[in-house]
Amino acid sequence: MAKRIDVSGLTAYYGNHKAIEDISMTVEPRSVTAFIGPSGCGKSTFLRTLNRMHEVTPGGRVEGKVMLDDENLYGSGVDPVSVRRTVGMVFQRPNPFPTMSIFENVAAGLKLNGSYKKSELESVVERSLKGANLWNEVKDRLNKPGAGLSGGQQQRLCIARAIAVEPDVLLMDEPCSALDPISTLAIEDLIGELKERFTIVIVTHNMQQAARVSDRTAFFNLAGVGQPGKLIEIDETERIFSNPSVQATEDYISGRFG
Amino acid sequence: MSNATITKNETGGAPAGTSSLRQARLPRWVPPVLVVVSAAAGAGIGTAAGLGNTLQWGLIAAALFILGTYGLAAAVEGGRQAKDRLATSLVWVCFVLAVVPLVSLIWETVDRGRTVLDGYFLGHSMEGVQTILPGGGAYHAIIGTLEQVGIATLIAAPIGLLTAIYLVEYGRGRLAKAVTFFVDVMTGIPSIVAGLFILSFWIIILGFSYSGFAGAMALAILMMPVVVRSTEEMLKLVPNELREASLALGVPKWRTILKVVLPTAVGGITTGVMLAVARVAGESAPIVLLVFGAAGINNNPFDGAQSSLPYYIYEQWQLGNEASFDRAWAAALVLIAFVMILNLVARGIARWKAPKTGR
Repeated sequence: MAKRIDVSGLTAYYGNHKAIEDISMTVEPRSVTAFIGPSGCGKSTFLRTLNRMHEVTPGGRVEGKVMLDDENLYGSGVDPVSVRRTVGMVFQRPNPFPTMSIFENVAAGLKLNGSYKKSELESVVERSLKGANLWNEVKDRLNKPGAGLSGGQQQRLCIARAIAVEPDVLLMDEPCSALDPISTLAIEDLIGELKERFTIVIVTHNMQQAARVSDRTAFFNLAGVGQPGKLIEIDETERIFSNPSVQATEDYISGRFG
Repeated sequence: MSNATITKNETGGAPAGTSSLRQARLPRWVPPVLVVVSAAAGAGIGTAAGLGNTLQWGLIAAALFILGTYGLAAAVEGGRQAKDRLATSLVWVCFVLAVVPLVSLIWETVDRGRTVLDGYFLGHSMEGVQTILPGGGAYHAIIGTLEQVGIATLIAAPIGLLTAIYLVEYGRGRLAKAVTFFVDVMTGIPSIVAGLFILSFWIIILGFSYSGFAGAMALAILMMPVVVRSTEEMLKLVPNELREASLALGVPKWRTILKVVLPTAVGGITTGVMLAVARVAGESAPIVLLVFGAAGINNNPFDGAQSSLPYYIYEQWQLGNEASFDRAWAAALVLIAFVMILNLVARGIARWKAPKTGR
């Protein structure tokens, strides 16, 4: 199931603007890797290159290699649609489909990709909602609109939707930044459970969160406004937060910078 | 200016003289009373000056109302509040000015149209009716309008919808800009020009004869830009996050558009199509050129002359006698009702399909 991601020499552009430059790193399977760094340093852009969502943005383009186990996501003949089925994504703001019920939202990934039997869908929806710790809260109102849930519930609904298609990797772009502390805690607990099954990459602005949930942490930075973002270092989370090898990381973490 | 305001407030005798946050306000009953007073004054001045036209009375009353509000507010509340009230009363007066012609148009049409509007009128044509006598009906014209507008919608709605999808979801660069430009140009095409285009192309060059279908093609040309424009606006309103959410689930782009984007926007798109239908349902110029008008019932839109409601109104008005005037008004009422029903249906669909929050 869970796969290793191996990135080498990755550079991404928006039109002529180079957003991130020459990033190489390895993301271990069945672990949580956190990306931290100041705004605009390219964390989200890098995350979006991992499931080829970057090229959805007009002008977005990528150079370099992203190996998922032994397959290059940017190899010739690779279909971005099948990449995205393997590498799922949860966004910063909860975005359930407004026209669909809770059930349909979770089933969307399967239903939109072909016909499934109702019984099959029902079991997938139940499993995914349980996996996202949302089942007990919504099991009596599966046919109600997904947009009627609270923000934290909507975000867990989006996680359920993402895991319903059984991806190998789950990317999370600041999944808690629009949520209150209690919902955040619920999602952090969930991340701890999900890493048993998935490779998880999470972008966060909250350093305590990175310290709490991740096994490894990558620090990104940029030399100045308009300069491309770069990977400064990636290491065990404990080491990054106690004894980083680069001075800039320590400055950022201790709040002496940015 | 601000100095003046402050002095006014101090001398204006605000109840809590020491507080700088409280000011004298006009009581809530002042504006409605002012409306009544200025209306009465308008009528009074109008009668005294011997103005026969009630519209002039109304304009005098409106001017008095605006000046009165401003003067009173300036005296009691100070300069800033007076300007606020001036703007508010201007907005209200303009609103009334805009509504008066609409209401009077509907009133007039209903009042004159109902004299001959009955089941017989709706169910019979003008075949063999002596136009100078009462009798006859608009059945053939209603059939013609329904068929022509229906065919026009079948042609224009899919083309317009797909064009809008192209422009919003796929179009980049020069081609999209060119398409947008031509759609804008098409919006301004006078209906008679669309009619002449089909006349020269379909009837003169290709040699087909007059038919409801020829008229429908001209109507479709008029509908298309309206459909493109409104659909485009609706698709742009669909948040990009929804597209990304769907793409990130590994859903292909075309399915994302079909199953996520369009359902989210369907209410607005339906409204847009219905408004386009309403716009062309009243067109008479292309009908005169291409459908030719007929007194009898012709259910086949692909062969021979038909009638349509706007054409029928024009035709009956031209006949110039009491009976035909009545028929023209009744047909006008039918046309307005048709457009109104379409609008209500569109609103119903928009409300029914609108994204639900469930709260």
